[in-house]
Parts: sequence; C-alpha cells; structure tokens
Amino acid sequence: MFSRRSVLRGAGGLAVCTVAWPSAVLADAGRVADEIAKFTGGAVPVDSPLLTLDLPQIAEDGFVVPMTVSVESPMTEQDHVRRITVISESNPLPGVITARFTPASGRASISTRIRLARSQRLFAVAELSDGRYLSRAVAVTVTVGGCGV
Amino acid sequence: MIGSRPRARVPETARKGEIVEIKTLITHRMESGQRPDGKGGKIPRHIINRFTATFDGQPVIDVALEPAISANPYLSFYMRAERTGEFLFTWFDDDGSTYSTTAVMTVK
Repeated sequence: MFSRRSVLRGAGGLAVCTVAWPSAVLADAGRVADEIAKFTGGAVPVDSPLLTLDLPQIAEDGFVVPMTVSVESPMTEQDHVRRITVISESNPLPGVITARFTPASGRASISTRIRLARSQRLFAVAELSDGRYLSRAVAVTVTVGGCGV
Repeated sequence: MIGSRPRARVPETARKGEIVEIKTLITHRMESGQRPDGKGGKIPRHIINRFTATFDGQPVIDVALEPAISANPYLSFYMRAERTGEFLFTWFDDDGSTYSTTAVMTVK
C-alpha cells in the first residue's frame, strides 16, 4: 500500500527528474549513432545474434537494473572479442560501460547493475579481433526511473 | 571514498581449462554528477571510473564504468583457469584513490 511517506518520496523524485532531464536529451536520437561511431572509428557494426544484451523487459526500479552483455566467441588468440560497450538512448549521458577482454577472459561476458532514467533502448557494440563490429539493441520499460542518473 | 570496501569471490579450486566465474563488489555511492544539489547546481560527480582484474600480472578484464552504473558497483565476468595463481582486483576512484584485493585460485 502507499503510505503517505512513500507517496511524498515519489512526488519528490518526480520533481527532481523533471529538472534533471532537459527534453533535448530525451529526443536526441543521433547521439547513439555518434557514440557507436566513436567506438568503432566510423565502421558500421553488423546486427548479430552472436551478441546478446540481457535486461529485464520491465525494470521496476530504474536505479538498479541487472544487465549482462555477452558475445559467443571461442576466445582464442586468433579469434576473440576485444571490447564490448553499452550505450543508453536517453539517460542524461550515453555511456554505460565498456569492457576490454583478452583471450584469458575465456568468455566475453560481463554482468553489472545499471541506472536507467526512463524507458528506452540500450545498444551493445562489440569489437572482434578480426576488426569486425557487431551490435544489438534491446528495449526496456522502466516503471520508476533512476532520477538524476 | 572513505569506507569503500572491495570484495571479490573466486573459486578456490578449478580444473585446468575450466571457465570460472568471478564476482566483485565495492561499496561506493557512485554519485552520478547529474543530481540537483537543491541550490541550482548539481552534486559533483564521484564514481569508480575503472576496474581491472589481472591473474599473475596478466590482464583478464579492464572495465570503464560510467555514471550509469548503480551504487555499490557489482561486476561479474569469467576467466579460463590454466594454472594456479593470484588474482589482483583494482578499483579506481574519481578522487584518485585506488582500492584493491587479491584472491588465490588453485588449478588441479
């Protein structure tokens, strides 16, 4: 049930969010393309099911959203994943996390917990040792945003 | 940040060639730099911006963390166990301090 305190806290959070998110940020679709280009040096990544970006479809708490990003790869000297990055479409800042792997990593996968200011898409891009880039996007619905992420 | 406590969990033993999971956590508020301070400005950013794991000096993973990472950052990842050795985990704070912890894994 909603106690008076939780309702007040919710309302306060909402006010904070309005201040923290200029509408320009919400609508800026080009920034994802810019971030991807920064990561790939301009190369266009190929959408690939080898890359998986796991998040709950519905995140109840935008402050703590579990996320795992992985690439199917043998992780040998000849054939491995060098880097994976995750980019947010409409957090105040686009960057989320970037991991650099080595063949010793054994598996190109990392799990963490992230903040999402609102419902949006997330993009993962991976750089392979042969110089190719893979990408994947997922949509997440956020019930209560991680205000001022 | 005073009071940041790094923790890592690795298997004590592994078979040669086994891919083992490593879980790490550090207490840190991960102040994003985006929250209003109530005086028209923003609370300054103060986060863990980088994490590294090495095994006997060899890099396993090197992670750049952004303000979108939740407070008390948790990271889990993998390594292929080839020999007995020691992990060194290091967290880098915006304020210039570093925190580290080690763990030994025996490969049979």
